[in-house]
Amino acid sequence: MTSASRAGAPPSMAEGLSRVGGYATQVFAVADAEVRKLRHDPSELLTRAIQPAIWLLLFGEVMAQVRGLASGEGNYIDFLAPGILAQSVLFAAIFYGIAAIWERDLGVLHRYMVSPAPRSALVLGKAVSSAVRGLSQAVVVYLLAIVLGIAVDLNPLHPIVVAALIALGSGLFSTFSLIIACIVKTRERFMGIGQVLTMPIFFASNAIYPIDIMPAWLKAVSLANPLTYEVDALRAFMLTTQESRYGIGTDCLVLLAVTVVLVAIATRMCPRMTT
Amino acid sequence: MTNAADGPAGPLQIETRGLAKVFDGRTVVDHVDLAVRSGEIFGLIGPNGAGKSTLIKMLTTLLPPSAGEARVAGYDLRTRPQAVRARIGYVPQLLSADGALTGYENLLLSARLYLIPRAERLPRIREALAMTGLEAAADRLAQHYSGGMLRRLEIAQSTLHRPALLIMDEPTVGLDPVARDMVWDHVRDLRRRYGTTILITTHVMEEADALCDRVGILHGGRLEKVGTPAALKAEIGPDATLDDVFAAIAGHDKETEGDLHDVRLARRSAAEHG
Repeated sequence: MTSASRAGAPPSMAEGLSRVGGYATQVFAVADAEVRKLRHDPSELLTRAIQPAIWLLLFGEVMAQVRGLASGEGNYIDFLAPGILAQSVLFAAIFYGIAAIWERDLGVLHRYMVSPAPRSALVLGKAVSSAVRGLSQAVVVYLLAIVLGIAVDLNPLHPIVVAALIALGSGLFSTFSLIIACIVKTRERFMGIGQVLTMPIFFASNAIYPIDIMPAWLKAVSLANPLTYEVDALRAFMLTTQESRYGIGTDCLVLLAVTVVLVAIATRMCPRMTT
Repeated sequence: MTNAADGPAGPLQIETRGLAKVFDGRTVVDHVDLAVRSGEIFGLIGPNGAGKSTLIKMLTTLLPPSAGEARVAGYDLRTRPQAVRARIGYVPQLLSADGALTGYENLLLSARLYLIPRAERLPRIREALAMTGLEAAADRLAQHYSGGMLRRLEIAQSTLHRPALLIMDEPTVGLDPVARDMVWDHVRDLRRRYGTTILITTHVMEEADALCDRVGILHGGRLEKVGTPAALKAEIGPDATLDDVFAAIAGHDKETEGDLHDVRLARRSAAEHG
C-alpha cells in the first residue's frame, strides 16, 4: 500500500531534481567511459586526421584551379575547409553504429541494457561521446587549416560556436548510425549500408561544391540533408570570408530538431540490439 | 501471485507462471513455472538449445515474453522492467567487461549506471576489488586480464549495487579448474555476505552439483524437473549422477538446436575467457 501510494503521488521537487541528476550521471557515465578509452589509445585520432589532410591538400589544391567553384569572396580552399571539417565529423560519427554492433557481439552492450539507466540516457551518452570525438577531430582540422593559410576566424567567440555545431552534428550522425545498427545488426551488412549512406550524405550536400551548380533534383536532396545546414553554419563561423545562406538560426533549428527525432527513434529501437 | 502492487513479494526472488517465448511459430520457452527462493543458489541446467538463454533474457528484461507472467526481485517483469533492472545483477555468458577500460574504470562505469551515491562509489569499488582479489590489477586494462580475472571483474561489476538477485549465464564456461573454483568460491561468498539469491545456467552437471542448492532441468523449452541435486539423483538410483538424471529426461538427443551465430559467439567467448 505504501509503495503503491508512493508510485501514484506526483514527485516532489527534490525527487525530481535527484532524478534529473541521476539521469545526467548515467549519460555522463557512458560518455566518460568512451573518453577514457580514447585516452588509453589515442592513435585513432591521429589516423583519422589523415583523411581530411588528404582532402584539403590533394583534392582542394587541384579543384581550386577550377573556376566557378568558389562562392563568396574567398578562394576554393577556404570554401572547402568547413566542408572537410563536417565530413571528418560525419565519417567518425558513422563509425558509431559499427562500434555498437561490435559491443553487442562482445556482450558489453548487454551490460548497459540490463542496467537501470533509461534507454534514452544510453543513446544520449553515446551521442555525447561522439561529440567529444568530433571535437578532437575538429582541433586537428583547425590546425591544418591554419597551416594551409585558410582564412580561419579566430575571434574567440566563433570557435566556441563551431564547437557547439560540431558537437551537435556528431551527436546527430552517430545517433543516425546507431539506428542503422539496430536495423541491420551485423557488421557485414553495416559495412555495406554504411558506404551506401555516407557517400550520398557527403556528396549530396554543400560540403565540397556550392548547391547553385547542382541540377534541381540534387538541390532538393541537398536541402533535405542535415549536413548541408551543418556546413552552412560552419562556413559562417569558421571563416572570415563566408556567410550563412540559410541563417544560423535555421541551421541550428534543423540540426537540433533532427537530433531530437533521431534520439527518440534510437531510444525506441535500441532494445532490439540485445534480443 | 499477490495483488500487492510492488515491493519484494515474500520469500520468492523469481516467480513465473506460464512464461513462454515463441520465435516464428517455434516455442523456445514453453510455459515455464519457476520459483526461486530468497537466498538460494539455483541452477538451470540443460543442453545448448534447451531455452536457457532465452529464459534468462526474459528474466533480465532484455526480451519481452510471448505469454505468461513473472515477478523478478519483487517487481512485475512486464510493467516495471526498470525496477527489476535496478534490483538484479546480470553476468552474461559473453564478455561484458570492456577490455579497453581498466578494471577500476569498468567498476566506476557500473557504479554510475546503477546510481550508487558518489560518496559510496570508491569504498564499494575498493571492497569489490579486495573481494575478487583484483586490487593489484585494478589499473590494468581488462584486455590483459586472464579469463578467471575477467569473470570475477564481471561479477564485481554486476554486484556493486548489492542486487537481491544475481543471474549468471554459464559463469565458468571456458575456465580452467583453478579459475573455476575461484568463481565458485566468490559466488558462495556473495551469498554469505549479502544474502544474494543466485540463479546460474550451466550445462556442466558437475557445476550444478557442486554449487547449487536446487536445480531445474530445462529440456526442449520445458522445465521438466526441479529439486535438490541429491533428491534428483536418488530418484534414479543409488550411484546416479546428475548426468544420469539428465539422460533419463532428455534421452540421447543431448544437443538439439542453436545456430551458427550462437556457436560462433560461444566459441569466441570461450576463447576470450580461456
